[in-house]
Amino acid sequence: MAEVILDVQNLKTHFRTHQGIVKAVDGVSFKVHRGETYALVGESGSGKSVTCMTVMGLIGKKKDEVVTGDIYFKGTNLTRLSLEDRRRLRGKHMAIIFQDPMTSLNPVYTVGTQIAEMPIIHEGSDKKSAWQVAVEMLRKVGIPSPGDRARDYPHQFSGGMRQRGVIGMSLSLDPDLLIADEPTTALDVTIQAQILDLMKDLKDQTNAAIVMITHDLGVVAQIADHVGVMYAGTIVETADVRTLYKDPRHPYTRGLLNSIPKPGSKDRLEIIKGQPPDLHNVPKGCSFSPRCPYAHDRCQEAPPVVEVAPGHQVACWLMKEDQDHA
Amino acid sequence: MLKYILKRILVALPVIFGISIIAFFLIRLVPGDTITALLGANYNEEQALILRAKYGLDQPLPVQYLIWLKNVLAGDFGISFFTKEPVVKIIMERLPVTLELMLISLLYSVFVAIPLGTIAAVKRNSATDYGASVFGLLGVSIPNFWLGILLIAFFSLHLRWLPSGGFVSFGVDPLENLRHMIMPSIALGTAVGAVIMRMTRSSMLEVLGQEYIKMADAKGVTNRRLIFHHALKNSFVPIVTVLGIQMGYLLGGSVVIEKIFALPGIGQLSLQAITNRDYALLQGCILLIATGFVVINLVVDIIYGFLDPKIRY
Amino acid sequence: MGETWYRFRKNKLAFTGFAILMVFVFLAIFAPLIAPYDPFTMHVEDRLQTPGSNYLFGTDQFGRDILSRIIHGARISFQVGIISVGISLVAGLALGIAAGYYGKWVDMVISRLIDIMFSFPDIFLALVIMAILGTSLTNVMIAIGIVYTPIFARIARGATLTVKDNAYIEAARSIGVGDFMTILRHILPNIMAPLIVQTTLSFGFAIRSEAALSFLGLGVQPDVPSWGIMLNEGKEWLELGWWIAFFPGLAATLAILSFNVLGDGLRDALDPKLRNESE
Repeated sequence: MAEVILDVQNLKTHFRTHQGIVKAVDGVSFKVHRGETYALVGESGSGKSVTCMTVMGLIGKKKDEVVTGDIYFKGTNLTRLSLEDRRRLRGKHMAIIFQDPMTSLNPVYTVGTQIAEMPIIHEGSDKKSAWQVAVEMLRKVGIPSPGDRARDYPHQFSGGMRQRGVIGMSLSLDPDLLIADEPTTALDVTIQAQILDLMKDLKDQTNAAIVMITHDLGVVAQIADHVGVMYAGTIVETADVRTLYKDPRHPYTRGLLNSIPKPGSKDRLEIIKGQPPDLHNVPKGCSFSPRCPYAHDRCQEAPPVVEVAPGHQVACWLMKEDQDHA
Repeated sequence: MLKYILKRILVALPVIFGISIIAFFLIRLVPGDTITALLGANYNEEQALILRAKYGLDQPLPVQYLIWLKNVLAGDFGISFFTKEPVVKIIMERLPVTLELMLISLLYSVFVAIPLGTIAAVKRNSATDYGASVFGLLGVSIPNFWLGILLIAFFSLHLRWLPSGGFVSFGVDPLENLRHMIMPSIALGTAVGAVIMRMTRSSMLEVLGQEYIKMADAKGVTNRRLIFHHALKNSFVPIVTVLGIQMGYLLGGSVVIEKIFALPGIGQLSLQAITNRDYALLQGCILLIATGFVVINLVVDIIYGFLDPKIRY
Repeated sequence: MGETWYRFRKNKLAFTGFAILMVFVFLAIFAPLIAPYDPFTMHVEDRLQTPGSNYLFGTDQFGRDILSRIIHGARISFQVGIISVGISLVAGLALGIAAGYYGKWVDMVISRLIDIMFSFPDIFLALVIMAILGTSLTNVMIAIGIVYTPIFARIARGATLTVKDNAYIEAARSIGVGDFMTILRHILPNIMAPLIVQTTLSFGFAIRSEAALSFLGLGVQPDVPSWGIMLNEGKEWLELGWWIAFFPGLAATLAILSFNVLGDGLRDALDPKLRNESE
């Protein structure tokens, strides 16, 4: 099996606020291997972005951000590193792409300058060679006449081009891990497909591990190898992408899959009833139980994680019962 | 960029034209004409008529205005009725004092305000932040004339460290020049510093919440670089706007400060012109101060162009 | 610390400002009853008395009681504040709404006028107007009123433009409500928040401007017990009695400070969009 790039174990990210503690991430574990794309799926507020921001070390710097658990990156436990060491990793060894390309580039610097900043700050490159890296990266992500466009400011780029620029910037130092936080959500549908294709191509070329955050199961089907379904700060089901689509076990995963319109089907879409929980006040036991059609008394206790098949884990009492009966 | 600058100049021109009309007619509103004031006790009808003809004052007002405007554009602002010297000459003698006062006040306020506002924003709700808030609130509330008086009472009369007023030219004695300028500059610049500090703080807070700052953090830049390279330049646009407006405050406030500290600048000159009913001189001062402010704002607009690429293109 | 606590503290500050202003208003209204001495009586035996039990804030070079003069000075300051801000408000609203509502050449003329007035530093413009009108309390109020008119005009114009496009104005017009009523009924409530904030802050500006003009000898006549006049006289006697200039300046600062914190507090309370320090 390929090298494990990222191994997250029992990660918890809690925010202290005036209304109490928000358990944005509450015991998340997953592994991502080299060359693999792992998708974190869930509704907004399920903690998928916070998980990734914590892995990057962007969350956990302030007093009111409490992070526990372990994050192993190529065997090193990141939670034991100093802030300075984590900063050195960011950008060079692990990179992130944010959702909105319109706002993730600094408006007062040219796109080229912003890409060139990467080799300058991490490898001490001189300006000239850094600029060559920038132009080369823009060429790689499919910007026409990259030499000229590198001198453009972000507002002169279209949305899709900006996201290409951001992707080029993230990959400019050949990171081992790329986190993409809903990289296509803010884009037009046609541009979305182009950006996804670009990411697939680049993944094959760079052989990095990718964590893809999305709420769009269509995107997952296109790009992911493994999937983790998040709900209220925990991963409720994880499996390889085929298994998950073919044999979803957790009631929440089933609900999500049923809410995608199927071509030709005249059935009404099944919508998951209710709202995701308020993270100030997550229900006791299984946090999905108030919305779950199969909920019963035992769901008042935290559900066990059951391995229903090799690599297919589900956090649900129903699985435990099936297993016990078998 | 050139096109942008030209456009800004075109917008400023009608305003300057309007100022010239106001400067001209405002003075005509004053009861009693200038010739009467000029002749004073020696007034006789015949001489008055000769002088009116000489200065074109027997013409209809619009014609008078055009004659005056033509002279002004040629650099002739008339003769001071009080000292009988050309207005331009008097103004030019006094201008360096006011410019120096404004410059030192500006440097003082900017060098205190921008770092303080930045630290207050980065270390939000810290002791420094609260200290900055107090400075901001007191700074905009204490009238500059009272601050000036307090400074004189403490540093000149009590401690006897600094002269309580007067002016020594920089060319004559640079050190004495600065000793005379410290207190006036603090009195004038503190309110400006307070406003700029508040603006810096709120502008920095807004920029620090932007996605591209998160992105820069994700790129692994140092905190130093995050604040100075990525955030500060973005927060400069609103700061420069406020700075431009505050330059008008420095210009206006110099009248009060020059009076308190007996500095022979344009402000004091304007006050003298008002007291002496020296209308040609007052007209010159009005024209200079208002046009100066318009030019400052024009410069601010051009600085925008350099700071914000969206405006430039 | 907590955001709630932060806001609470902020409101408390605004409330303190309001309370201080109420005290000033009370002093101004009942000045003759509250002031321990007549502000004009010269206690020749007691010239330049240091602050003490007889004269709480001391006496000036003529032996006049400073505290009493400050209390009577509050009358002048608040009178100037109310009337000059009233002038600015009414004139500014009329000009701004007219410019925004009628557009075209009306807007052109008014906007240029506003631009030109903004190109004069406020104190300087007030000085020039005072030079033309001559020194008197009434003229001070007129001059300050004119100087702060463009601020209100600009706010009113901007807000009117935003509101004008809304369909209901069109609807009101098509029903046949007269122009004046249309404007008043629909535009005024929509620009209340920024106007209230600006009005509060302008009281502070007006009080400062009056003090500055009087300090320069171009405000009220020298026999009026204005804080600015007191500062002007006190400056000459600084070496012999710091308190003569200190207390009037302190009173002015306190009043301006109170208007500033109240204005800031109102801004936060009335319209979060106007908030200048983002939360």
